Amino acid sequence: MKKTYKIDVDCANCANKMEQAAKNTAGVKDAVVNFMTLKMNVEFEDGHDAKSVMKEVLKNCKKVEDDCEIFI
Amino acid sequence: MNKKQKKMLARILIAAALLIAFNFLPFTGYVRFIFYLIPYLIIGYDILIKAFKGIKNRQPFDESLLMAIATIGAIAIALTGDGDYTEAIAVMLFYQIGEWFQSYAVGKSRRNISDLMDIRPDYANIEVNGKLEQVDPDEVEIGSVIVVQPGEKVPIDGIVTEGSSTLNTSALTGESLPRDAEEGDEVISGCINMTGVLKIKTTKEFGESTVSKILDLVENASSRKSRSEEFITRFARIYTPAVVYSAIALAILPPLVRMLGMRLPAEWGTWIYRALTFLVISCPCALVISIPLSFFAGIGGASNAGVLVKGSNYLETLSQTKYVVFDKTGTLTQGVFEVNEVHHNQMDREQLLEYAALAESASSHPISKSLQRAYGKEIDRTRVTDIRELSGNGVTAKVDGVEVAAGNSKLMDKLGVKWIDCHQAGTIIHMAVDGKYAGHIVISDIEKPHAKEAIRALRSAGVEKTVMLTGDSRKVAEHVAADLGIDEVHAELLPADKVDKVEELLEKKPQKGKLAFVGDGINDAPVLSRADIGIAMGAMGSDAAIEAADIVLMDDDPLKIAKAIRISRKCLRIVYENIWFAIGIKLICLVLGAVGIANMWLAIFADVGVMIIAVLNAIRALFVKKL
Repeated sequence: MKKTYKIDVDCANCANKMEQAAKNTAGVKDAVVNFMTLKMNVEFEDGHDAKSVMKEVLKNCKKVEDDCEIFI
Repeated sequence: MNKKQKKMLARILIAAALLIAFNFLPFTGYVRFIFYLIPYLIIGYDILIKAFKGIKNRQPFDESLLMAIATIGAIAIALTGDGDYTEAIAVMLFYQIGEWFQSYAVGKSRRNISDLMDIRPDYANIEVNGKLEQVDPDEVEIGSVIVVQPGEKVPIDGIVTEGSSTLNTSALTGESLPRDAEEGDEVISGCINMTGVLKIKTTKEFGESTVSKILDLVENASSRKSRSEEFITRFARIYTPAVVYSAIALAILPPLVRMLGMRLPAEWGTWIYRALTFLVISCPCALVISIPLSFFAGIGGASNAGVLVKGSNYLETLSQTKYVVFDKTGTLTQGVFEVNEVHHNQMDREQLLEYAALAESASSHPISKSLQRAYGKEIDRTRVTDIRELSGNGVTAKVDGVEVAAGNSKLMDKLGVKWIDCHQAGTIIHMAVDGKYAGHIVISDIEKPHAKEAIRALRSAGVEKTVMLTGDSRKVAEHVAADLGIDEVHAELLPADKVDKVEELLEKKPQKGKLAFVGDGINDAPVLSRADIGIAMGAMGSDAAIEAADIVLMDDDPLKIAKAIRISRKCLRIVYENIWFAIGIKLICLVLGAVGIANMWLAIFADVGVMIIAVLNAIRALFVKKL
């Protein structure tokens, strides 16, 4: 399953860090952050609930870049 | 400017004003320190908090920490030494100005580019009890009738049921040539209705309509990252820690060596200052921001010119194209047949065409259609009797009671009529009237008006070889190729042969060059995906083509291929300029910093200045009009 989320982040390097953080979250198969359109495409692994996974993703992203937001 | 940016601007102005004012204060020592702490905290409090959080979250190598260390270090040096706090605060100030500018410039270009691509219709008009109501296009079901008034965008694909008008397709094709639409015509979403009111019966849902598909494609394009972008991401991951460790080494090693090895004074202050300069230079932001921004601008500019690029990686590949392989029909030629010549006619040309058109009047084959078009008058079917179609040969019929045969040489042989061969390439229709040979008609597919120019433009754009593949006869293919100036022709190919031919060419081509295949998207999907890069043209409304190709030309003008290549070249040139410029300046400043020539000010330029220049350079990729 794939979903797209709007995000807010100020710098391109931070966007790359968010991408890494999202990729390393359990339940996420792949994630791509597009800094130019401020969107995050997340592909979930089967059997995971998108909502709860995204909560974890946000938590991990906040760790690497405090000043970011994902609109879940 | 958004709220965040406004707040930041206020902080910058207040801190700058305080910094200038405090220059005139007579205090020294700790009082001076406390005064200067005010502008420092105003401008830098968020950086300090972020740096602290970074350490807490074990993400130490981010720029906030670098800035925090650098400025606190500079303040410490000032406190113990000359009491000049200006530098530390200015460093923070300029860093924030740079951040602010970056945020503003990126936001602005983001808006610019999305404005360019803004073809999304906001509403659809539906007639309810004689009144027009605006509804969300998402809610319109297939088969509903929508009303499009002059000046409005067609929101959903459909068929015109009432009214006639002229449509402006420029938002889709980049071409301002208007198109006429009347009852029974199919219209695609995204066009702007210019003159009359149209009633349209929708044939697709909004999400499946052309305009939605295109928007989807372009918006997701920059998510497919190019090799340059991946390189920069990897580079940034190594670069920042490397510079930080070098800075630590620079602060500790030289003083130790001086003290222990050379028995000189350690000069801790000097070396720590140099290390701090290192930290300020170390931010990879200029690179990390400008490369995706260049691609984004390039894709935006291209889509404005009617060229949809599905990803940054394709833009990169396109710029390296050395071989261009064409499908003939529908790509270089119009796929519409036309009567070219009438030879050896024993009667009036008009009369011969009249006989041919009437004899073929029952057929809807493109060739018959072309005969009917060439005749140009209304066809009176009552004049034709006894029509017999001989599959693969032609037709015989009685026109006004006269026996007429129209077909290929086999038909003539069958009827025992002596025929004259034609020296010209094309489809030849031999005619026998009343059992006697009456001449032949040459019908051929006509070349697109810009085809010749397109091949020439490709050559001047640096394409080394052009190849044409076609299922058509050798004679026709060679004629077209010679006329257009194409280097290599392979004719009489079945669709599967085309894939083999492309594979052959892929092996022959030089290692670094890429091969592009251009087709019209009809039954050449396998070739489109086999080539290094697949370009589909004339794809308005054709889902299959949009699906299979990497690059989609919205109109069917072959000149756009060369334009697309030029756009990609420009974009990639800007990308490389930015890579070399940013890395180059940073390395030079690092060296100058290490030997003590560069001060904090130069370091700030290396960080913020380079970033600003790179961002401005990246925006240039957006301007493709004159290419």
